[in-house]
Amino acid sequence: MEIAGDNKSAVYAVAAEFDSARDLYQAAEKVRDAGFKRWDVYSPFPIHGMDDAMGMKRSFLGRLVFLGGLTGFITAVSLQFIPSSILYPLVVAGKPIDIMTVPAFFPIMFELTILLSAFTAVFGMLILNGLPRWNHPLFNWGRFKKVTEDKFYVAIESRDPQFSERATREFLETLGGKNLALIHED
Amino acid sequence: MADSTATIDTAKLPDKEQTLARPPLVLNERTMGWISSYISSIVEAKTPTWWYVAMGFTVPLMLMCFLMLAYLISTGVGVWGNNHPVGWAWDITNFVFWIGIGHAGTLISAILFLTRQKWRTSINRAAEAMTLFAVVCAGIYPALHVGRVWMVWFLAPVPNSNAIWPNFRSPLLWDVFAVSTYFTVSVLFWYTGLIPDLATLRDRCTSKIKKFFYGVFALGWRGGNRQWRHYEMAYLLLAGLSTPLVLSVHSVVSFDFATSVVPGWHTTIFPPYFVAGAIFGGFAMVLTLMIPAASIWPSLKDLITPSHVDKMCKIILLTGSIVGYAYLMELFIAWYGGNPYEQAAFWNRAFGPSGWNYWVMMTCNVVAPQFFWFKWCRHNWWVVWILVQFPNVGMWFERFVIIATTLERDFLPSAWQQFHPSIVDILTFIGTFGLFMTLFLLFIRFLPMICMFEVKAVLPEADPHYGEKH
Repeated sequence: MEIAGDNKSAVYAVAAEFDSARDLYQAAEKVRDAGFKRWDVYSPFPIHGMDDAMGMKRSFLGRLVFLGGLTGFITAVSLQFIPSSILYPLVVAGKPIDIMTVPAFFPIMFELTILLSAFTAVFGMLILNGLPRWNHPLFNWGRFKKVTEDKFYVAIESRDPQFSERATREFLETLGGKNLALIHED
Repeated sequence: MADSTATIDTAKLPDKEQTLARPPLVLNERTMGWISSYISSIVEAKTPTWWYVAMGFTVPLMLMCFLMLAYLISTGVGVWGNNHPVGWAWDITNFVFWIGIGHAGTLISAILFLTRQKWRTSINRAAEAMTLFAVVCAGIYPALHVGRVWMVWFLAPVPNSNAIWPNFRSPLLWDVFAVSTYFTVSVLFWYTGLIPDLATLRDRCTSKIKKFFYGVFALGWRGGNRQWRHYEMAYLLLAGLSTPLVLSVHSVVSFDFATSVVPGWHTTIFPPYFVAGAIFGGFAMVLTLMIPAASIWPSLKDLITPSHVDKMCKIILLTGSIVGYAYLMELFIAWYGGNPYEQAAFWNRAFGPSGWNYWVMMTCNVVAPQFFWFKWCRHNWWVVWILVQFPNVGMWFERFVIIATTLERDFLPSAWQQFHPSIVDILTFIGTFGLFMTLFLLFIRFLPMICMFEVKAVLPEADPHYGEKH
């Protein structure tokens, strides 16, 4: 088995390579059924149905984005009504500021709702994914460069309660994994 | 496994079903590795000579634009041809023209994503880039037409020493929010889509400097499914947010006119008509850029296939016909509404002193796209490229007709005057094309112009059940 990274450091994971999305999908189902908790599959593109194969629930990013959108909406309401009704009431073309003229304030409410939702979607996604980060133990493994091209990987992390260097390696071999590697932290 | 592929051998199907089978999205059975290597090689290879030649044309034009803007700021808006009664002229025409071009990019990236149109994957990146650069060009005009550009911060609702606040019920302020939100969300959407592809470039490149830059911008992306699941959700949400956003932006732009009391502007048809026109002009610009790109790198034709061009031509035909319907409906309502001022405005548009603009608009936007009813026209890329130049030109004239020729005949006949652009007007507008093309050339040189990870995901072997018998 290849050893990646500095072998004096702690072990991060045992990883294996697969050739196709289908092989990876089938491997993921078996890793899930074996009861591992701290592991991930790596692929050049999102694979349809992989969340189920890994036994993961739907991302909860949507709920964060709802809160972001709500913040945007409340910001727009206060940003518009506080100046318009209290600080600087502006009468244009004799139009009052009352319940009947509220529709004229809708466009900015809409835009700020969208703006803050989009910020939450992108930055929330990055935070949930632990990004940005400078380095990661997986990058110690030379073969892992192909993950953004056309290879597929499974990595079972050492912090998983069921992890054992030898048994996990043998398990990944039975799944059809190739080019197994023991990956150390930096 | 030779007998167990999930792809359908169309040759074995009966004739009737053969015509129904969808053509593959990627031709020549290209593999995932080929997609990465080919798209990245465009960025990694030595800079081609034509790129320098093209930059040799576009950079001076861009600098000319900046020079004209500097002249404008240092001298005053009087250097433009705007004068009473035509207070909005080429500035707002060019603003609406450029912002409209941007709309096709968002339509491709958001609306076609939500409607699961998988063919969008090979054109969305370049179209989104086009959106950003078009909005950059558009943003110049509203910022500078205010006259004293250093006062432009008055548009922002910030507490200031004069204790005054903007009028939140003004469509011009809605426009500030709509356009800035549109630009910001487009940048976010585009960059989010780029992250996995930047990681591909990071993992492939050999020079340290490149590795540093692509590495920093890839943010440490690893492609784990625990990342992909949040990523896909973020992408879906951004698409869902951008869809109403893009429809709202041009609606708000049209409110600048529609909420006024000027005859010819004060109509309820404006928002949908502007949005259709924006998509129409935007797709024309996408084809204007993509067809030459596919000729420069011939293998791109496996990704940007005749079927892609065919579909885009059909969208141009559809939106062009909607625009044509809107023109006719405007005329009908002007007649049927019985308002003499409205009737006079439309009579002036078509037969007034600037009437030729109206007929250029009609020919380019209504007549020219009708050729796309013919399959031969949609499949001959030379014909397509020539035909899409008509919407490019026609959509500019549409905005000019709506804005300038309408204002030329104001309420007060003694003030009537025809608009003539100044040389600064003309050079600034030509210069924005230099800016747009320079940004686009930089984009195709340094970033993958096709979304690699999405194209891989639409290959048949990306299906986790590929080759399994059901």
